[in-house]
Amino acid sequence: MAAPTRSTVNGSAGHSENPSTVQTLTIGKAINLGLRTAMESDDKVIVLGEDVGKLGGVFRITDGLQKDFGEQRVLDTPLAESGIIGTAVGLAVRGFRPVCEIQFEGFIFPGFDQIVSQLAKLHYRTQGKIKVPVVIRVPFGGGIGAVEHHSESPESLFAHVAGLKVVSCSNPVDAYWMIQQAIDCDDPVLFFEPKKLYHMGTLKAPVDTTVTPTPLFQSRLLREGTAATLVGYGPSVKVCLDAANAAAEEGTELAVIDLRSLSPLDLTPVFESVRRTGRLITVSEAQSESSLAAEIATRVQQECFYSLEAPVLRVTGFDTPYPPAKLEEYYLPDLDRVLHAVDRSLAW
Amino acid sequence: MSSPEQWAHPEPGDATAATAAKPTPEQVIAGLRATTEGGADLTQLLTPEGERIASPIFDPYVADVDAEALRELYRDMVLVRRADREANAMQRQGQLGIWVPLLGQEAAQIGSGRALRPTDMAFPSYREHGVGYARGVDFRELLGIFRCSDQGGWDFKEHGFHPYTIVIGNQVLNACGYAMGQKFEGKVGNTDGQGNPSETDEATIVYFGDGATSQGDVHEGFVWAAVYDAPLVFFCQNNQWAISEPTERQSRLPLYQRARGYGFPGIRVDGNDVLGCLAVTRWALEVCRNGNGPVLIEAFTYRMDAHTTTDDPTRYRLSDELEAWKLKDPIERVRVHLTRNGGADAAFFAEVDAASDAFAAELRDYCFNMPDPTPERIFANVYAEPSPVLDAQRDEFLAYLEGFDGAEEAGSEAPGVVKAGER
Ligand SMILES: Cc1ncc(C[n+]2csc(CCOP(=O)(O)OP(=O)(O)O)c2C)c(N)n1
Ligand SMILES: [Mg+2]
Repeated sequence: MAAPTRSTVNGSAGHSENPSTVQTLTIGKAINLGLRTAMESDDKVIVLGEDVGKLGGVFRITDGLQKDFGEQRVLDTPLAESGIIGTAVGLAVRGFRPVCEIQFEGFIFPGFDQIVSQLAKLHYRTQGKIKVPVVIRVPFGGGIGAVEHHSESPESLFAHVAGLKVVSCSNPVDAYWMIQQAIDCDDPVLFFEPKKLYHMGTLKAPVDTTVTPTPLFQSRLLREGTAATLVGYGPSVKVCLDAANAAAEEGTELAVIDLRSLSPLDLTPVFESVRRTGRLITVSEAQSESSLAAEIATRVQQECFYSLEAPVLRVTGFDTPYPPAKLEEYYLPDLDRVLHAVDRSLAW
Repeated sequence: MSSPEQWAHPEPGDATAATAAKPTPEQVIAGLRATTEGGADLTQLLTPEGERIASPIFDPYVADVDAEALRELYRDMVLVRRADREANAMQRQGQLGIWVPLLGQEAAQIGSGRALRPTDMAFPSYREHGVGYARGVDFRELLGIFRCSDQGGWDFKEHGFHPYTIVIGNQVLNACGYAMGQKFEGKVGNTDGQGNPSETDEATIVYFGDGATSQGDVHEGFVWAAVYDAPLVFFCQNNQWAISEPTERQSRLPLYQRARGYGFPGIRVDGNDVLGCLAVTRWALEVCRNGNGPVLIEAFTYRMDAHTTTDDPTRYRLSDELEAWKLKDPIERVRVHLTRNGGADAAFFAEVDAASDAFAAELRDYCFNMPDPTPERIFANVYAEPSPVLDAQRDEFLAYLEGFDGAEEAGSEAPGVVKAGER
């Protein structure tokens, strides 16, 4: 695919001061613009999912795309996730770059078979003769007061599957670039979007469409710190930053890292930070048992064993199904639970 | 006349046969008619104008429905609609997280729900508040789900009403398994000793939407039920929309015709005709109880409100459509019929209205005073068997919360516990 996106999203364009290239966007609008840009620069990019056309998706992330690109490029599919993902695989084999929307993370499981059995393995099985550059966009996470299956965090299940790449954005700038980079990636990418933050006005940020973005599979240090290191991704990045701000007011400097890429994991900045702080706390909404948090803890104790001053602590959802939403404020990691973990770590 | 079926299966040499890419104008009209009017194969006992149509096949199934019984069906529908509107309003007032309205589908739900015996089993999706009501589930118990304080807590066995299922199509296979169990336990095809069908035979009914018919689980349910002759009534409420997608997004042919391909009967009934729904469902349940295997019913109806309270249908459908369907209102036609035929007087209608207002007020009162669940609920009943690991997690978290209370009392900012909810 000789698309102009490739050079742009992977960073040959220089910095520009031109204000017309800067738009202040929410995460939701940034993904929308990223999708639009990818579709404009490569006509093999197509969007498929339930209600993504006229309605623009239940979160309006594909708003306006069908109107501008037509029904052959933005498909309101029949109601079947296995169908959405299975046909995306076939479309990719044919040379398209499908972007699937799963309406809520809890509804991805009818498509799990296609993801694990075909999407993840075709490249390996054919020893590279078949590429499946499919992106699966998944709104995930809780805190929206929803009924069952609308607030879950199943990302670890996908990170566990060899052959899949898994990423999550936490801010508008990343949202804009990462969706394009994911589309540009020749491997299948699960793209987890923090649904609670989609339209949060306070997270609006200027998105400069001409800068050189961070490569997709790199994590990023957001805040330097000396006392302890916090690592989060997607919705939990905001929780980490809020905690770090609160701690700073009391003179405790916490480092914050946005993981961004969940598979492959880029833990170099985490190791570097832990070597300075000696303490690590992972923060995620997903439950802890056999999770990404467990993987991070393992690698950090392997790489930073002699630097650690305390065991790695995990602040996560509990090892239960997502509870009725009236209880989600207890279930979800919040500022208090993070700070409490920091206290525990510091007191070790 | 060209039928919608021809559209999908053009006869060789048929002058009006469509090419795959382009149906003929006649076929387009037939297709449109099939979706807006229900088509020629629509079974209807009570027209939108309130006229009773004779049906040699289905009349025997509602021979017992006299004016009094019809008044009760009317009452059910009015009560359920009133409760639905009240819940919708309570969502607007922040008392419910979301509401999934059933407006327009009262006849499909009351007609089919009232066709069931207490020993039958019903598997709903998430919009079947009317069926739940007909199964004796206290409407108040449904509210907890939408208030997000519960996930459904009625007595499933007593009411023969399974928990709501939100993942589209899942419940169809579950219902099929339940029906297979009824068959394996010898609960179908029995006689009472005099050659009459046994009163203790059972059947299962499963509810799903037009959109759901695309899910693999639903198709697998068709296959399983057919192969095992499971006593399962597939009750598809075709309300014309799956959120923003019209039924044409899911199928080229009328949904009830799919049954033929799986080898069992399919029938389309006017889903806004409570008498028709009652008759057709009673017939289908009888087919099942007699051991003849599954039946698909497509109840042709309309979602008169938004998909849920978070949906904005003005983005994808015209109000003309809604106006047209208002003329086929399920409740109004019964009112007209009862009035015209002397089956009810003004006092009856006034009494039902008063009863439904009282019902709504009760709901309101209950909802506003519903207690929130406590944090223990998060950890309760994850497993049937004891789970020491989870118990420890719970105890740690509750201690952490308690520490908070202590900290607040002591005026300190940090929770005063050593161990906490981190692992
Ligand atoms: C597996 C799955 N995918 C997507 C959804 C999101 N969703 C909820 S309702 C709905 C449309 C269902 O339409 P239909 O089956 O016609 O039932 P209706 O809501 O009209 O009663 C969708 C896509 C879901 N609940 N489950
Ligand atoms: Mg529907």
